[in-house]
Amino acid sequence: MKINKRTKTIKTIKIDIDKCNGCRACEVICSSFHAAPKYSSNNPARSRIRVIREPIRDVYVPVYAGDYVVAECAGRDKYTIDGKEYDECSFCRASCPSRDLFKEPDSGLPLKCDMCEGEDEPLCVKWCMVDALTVEERQEAVGEAEEVRDEIEIGIGLESLVNRFGIDKVVDLVAQLSKTK
Amino acid sequence: MRYAETGFNLEIDLSRGNIEKVATDPADTELYLGGLGTNTKILWDRVSPEVEPFSPDNLLIFGTGLLCGTPATGCNRTIISTISPQTQLMAFSMMGGFWAPELKYAGYDKVVLRGKSSSLVYLWINDDKVEIRDAEHLRGKGAIETAELIKQELKEPKAQVAAIGMAGENRVYYASIEQGRSSASRGGIGAVMGDKGVKAIVVRGTKDINIAQPAEFIGLCGEVLDYIKHRESNPVPGVMPILAGLGSPQEMKVHDEKWHTENFMWGNSRTRRKDFWNDEIAKEWTETLEKARTRLVSCFNCPMECGATISMPGLPTYMMKCFTKLTYTMGAYSDLDFGLRIAQKATEYGVDGFSTPQVMAFALELLDNGILTDKDFPEMPENNEGRFYYLLDKIVRREGIGDVLANGTYWAAKEIGNGADAYAHNNIKKTEQLPLKLSMLNPVYFLMYATGEKMNITQIEGQFPQAPFATKEEREAFVADWIQVPDEKFKQILLDWEFRGENSNPYYPTIEMSCDIVDWQETMHYIDDALGQCAGLSSFPLKPPYHIHNYPKFISAGAGIEMDQVKLTQAARRYRTLVRAVNISRGMRRKDEKPPENHWKKRFPELEEQLLDAYYKLKGWNNDGIPTKESLHELGLDYVSEVFVARGILTDGEDMPGEDEALAVTESN
Repeated sequence: MKINKRTKTIKTIKIDIDKCNGCRACEVICSSFHAAPKYSSNNPARSRIRVIREPIRDVYVPVYAGDYVVAECAGRDKYTIDGKEYDECSFCRASCPSRDLFKEPDSGLPLKCDMCEGEDEPLCVKWCMVDALTVEERQEAVGEAEEVRDEIEIGIGLESLVNRFGIDKVVDLVAQLSKTK
Repeated sequence: MRYAETGFNLEIDLSRGNIEKVATDPADTELYLGGLGTNTKILWDRVSPEVEPFSPDNLLIFGTGLLCGTPATGCNRTIISTISPQTQLMAFSMMGGFWAPELKYAGYDKVVLRGKSSSLVYLWINDDKVEIRDAEHLRGKGAIETAELIKQELKEPKAQVAAIGMAGENRVYYASIEQGRSSASRGGIGAVMGDKGVKAIVVRGTKDINIAQPAEFIGLCGEVLDYIKHRESNPVPGVMPILAGLGSPQEMKVHDEKWHTENFMWGNSRTRRKDFWNDEIAKEWTETLEKARTRLVSCFNCPMECGATISMPGLPTYMMKCFTKLTYTMGAYSDLDFGLRIAQKATEYGVDGFSTPQVMAFALELLDNGILTDKDFPEMPENNEGRFYYLLDKIVRREGIGDVLANGTYWAAKEIGNGADAYAHNNIKKTEQLPLKLSMLNPVYFLMYATGEKMNITQIEGQFPQAPFATKEEREAFVADWIQVPDEKFKQILLDWEFRGENSNPYYPTIEMSCDIVDWQETMHYIDDALGQCAGLSSFPLKPPYHIHNYPKFISAGAGIEMDQVKLTQAARRYRTLVRAVNISRGMRRKDEKPPENHWKKRFPELEEQLLDAYYKLKGWNNDGIPTKESLHELGLDYVSEVFVARGILTDGEDMPGEDEALAVTESN
C-alpha cells in the first residue's frame, strides 16, 4: 500500500523591511528572554536578532542569528534594491569573524535564534507592533529529495543499532513496535 | 548589585582632560530616582548661584532616566541639565532617540561635563574605554553630518552620537543638541556644549542592564503593550485627531493641518489666518510631505513612529518630528515645501525649532516698523523665503545683526532698545513660547504657563482634557474607563465642566480644582523625566499606558526600590521643589511667573493672583514662590533652607519676606 505523502510544519518569520521603524524592541526582548534567569537582564549585544540600521540612508534590515561559521566570505557582494545599496552582510545570518553580530560580548561564543522555544510565538514578533516581523506556520509536503534523505538517515541509524545489538534484536524490536503503533 | 541603573557616572573635566568613573550613592536614587531628579541634585550641590552659564564651573549633565534601557516601552530619554544662557536659570531639555539606552549599556547613568576644552573635541565612550578626541576637522560641520563622519571615522555604525552644529559652536542662546531623529532644543544647552568645546558625545555599549524582579517587570511591560494596542484601536472620541491617540502629536503622519494653520499664529506669533486651509493647499502640502517622507521612524524600543525621515529634492536627508513641521512655514508665512527645506538647514545648524522662526520673524517685524533699518541687514534678499535663509545664516554665524538675534528675542530686544521689547511679546521667563493667542483665560493653563520651569507648555500639560466635552454622554463615556486619575474627584470635575454658564472658564474648574489638576499633570511629567519615559506614552496624551498606578510597580520591579503612589508622588515633589530651589537661588520670583500679556484676550487679574496664591500654597511655597522651610523639611530638603536662610532668601523666623510680596503684587497689577 502506498503511504500518503508526509507533511511537516515550517515556522517562518516574515520580515517586511518597509514596515520596520528601527526601534529595536526585538533586540531588547530577545536578549531579555534569553538572559539567565529569564528576563533578569537585557543587552542588545546579546540579541539573536539585530536590526542593521543606517537611518540617514533609510537602511533597516532585521537579521536573525543563524549558524556559526569559522571563516568570513572571500568576496563581498553588494545589492541595490529600490535604489538603496546594501552590503551582502546585511542579509547574512552567520555568526562570523568579519563582524561583531551574534556573539556573546564577553565570551565571544556564537548565538543562534531558537524561535523562543516554549513560547507561543517568537517574542521579537510579539513585541514588533508595527508588524515588520510576523510569524507564519505552514504545512509543507516533504519533498522527494527529503524522502530519500530520510531513508538514508534511517538506514545509517539502523545500521549502527545492528552493529551494536545484532540484527536479531533490532528485527524483534521493530516487529514489536509495528504491532503497537 | 544595582538594578535598572548602572550605579556609575562618568565625570569628565574638559579643562584638564581628566576622566573618572564615579560610583553613585543608591540613597540618592531612592530620593531623587534618576534622570532629572539626580541631575538636579548634582546641579544644586555643585553649581552655585554665582556661576555663569558660560563659566567653566557650569556643569553640562547628560542624564539617562532610571528605567532607560530596560524593556519598558518608550523609556529612552536623555535629560540634559545645565544653567541656561537664555534664562540664566536651570535648563533641562530632553531628547528621545537611542543615546540614553546606549550609555546605560556602556555602563554609565550620566555623563557630567565640567571645565572647558581649549580646542574642539569629541568624546568617545566605548564601554570601559573613554577618550577625548580631536574634533577640529569637524568645526562648522552640521550636527547630522558630524554624526555620520564620526561613525565612519571610528568604523562604528552602531555608535550613537549627540552633536551640536554651528549654532552650538557659536553659542547661540537657543542652540540644540541633535541626535539623529531627536534633539534637545530648549534653553540653549547646545550653546553650553559649544562653550565647553565639545562637538559631540559618541557612545557604544555592550553590557547588561539588570532587572530586580524579572517576571513581574516583564509582566508589566506586557500590560503596557496591550494597553497601547487597545488605545491604537480606540482613539478618544470627541477631541481633535492629534489629541485622540498616543505619542507625540502625529505631525509626520497627518496631512490635514487645518487646525494648526488656522488656530496657531503666523509670523512673530501675530496673525491668525482663519480661512487659510483649503483643498488646493491640502493637496499641495500632502504631495510635499508624501514625496519628502521616506519612512516613519521610532525612538528606541517604542512602536509609536512619531518621527520621519525627510529627503527634500537636492538636500541631504534629515529626520523630523512633531510641530517643527510647521514652525518655519508659519513664521515666514510660507508653504510646507519651504518649511521642510529650511528645517533641514536648521537641523544641521542645530537650533530650536520653536524659538528660531520666531526670532527671525521678530527681526523682520522690527525692520518693518523702523526699529531696525536696511543698514542692519546688508545684502539681504528681497523675497520672503530668501530673507529667512539669510537670517538663519547670520544668526548661527553670529554675524552683524545675527549676533544680537542669536541671544533670542528677550535679550535682542534689550540690546536693540528703541521700543523693541514690545515685539518680544511671546516670552515666558525669557523663552519664546508656542505661537498661540486665545480668547478666554483658562485657569489651568494660566497656572501651567505661569509656574512651569520647563519653559514649554507641552512639557506640563496632558492628562486632563484641554476643553470640556459638549454633551453629558460624551463626558460619561470619557470618565468610564479613565483609569489614569490619581483620585476619583477628577472625574467629577470633568463631568461638571461646561462650555458656557457657571461651570465654564475662567471660574470653573475652580481655583482649588485648577491647582489639583495642574499639580497632577506636572507631577506626571516630572516622574517621566526622572524615569526617562517619553511623555508621548505617559504624561502628554489622554489616557496613556503609564500612570500613577502602574509607575510604582515599574520602579519596584525594575530598580528594586520599594515604591508606592505616595512615596513616588513625594519623590517627584522633592526634585520638582529642588528645581525651583535652583531657580529661586538664581533670583526667580513670582514676578517672573507671567504668561505673555496677550496670550488670552480676556484676562482676570484678580483671579490670576488668587490662582497663584492657592497654587503656591498647595506646593508649599510662600507668596513669592519660594519653598517654605516647613515644606522643605517635609521633603528632606533642609539643606536647601539652610542655604536660603544663609543667603537671606528666607529669614530665620518667617518664611515670607514682606517687601518682595508687595512688589510682586504691584508689578502684576
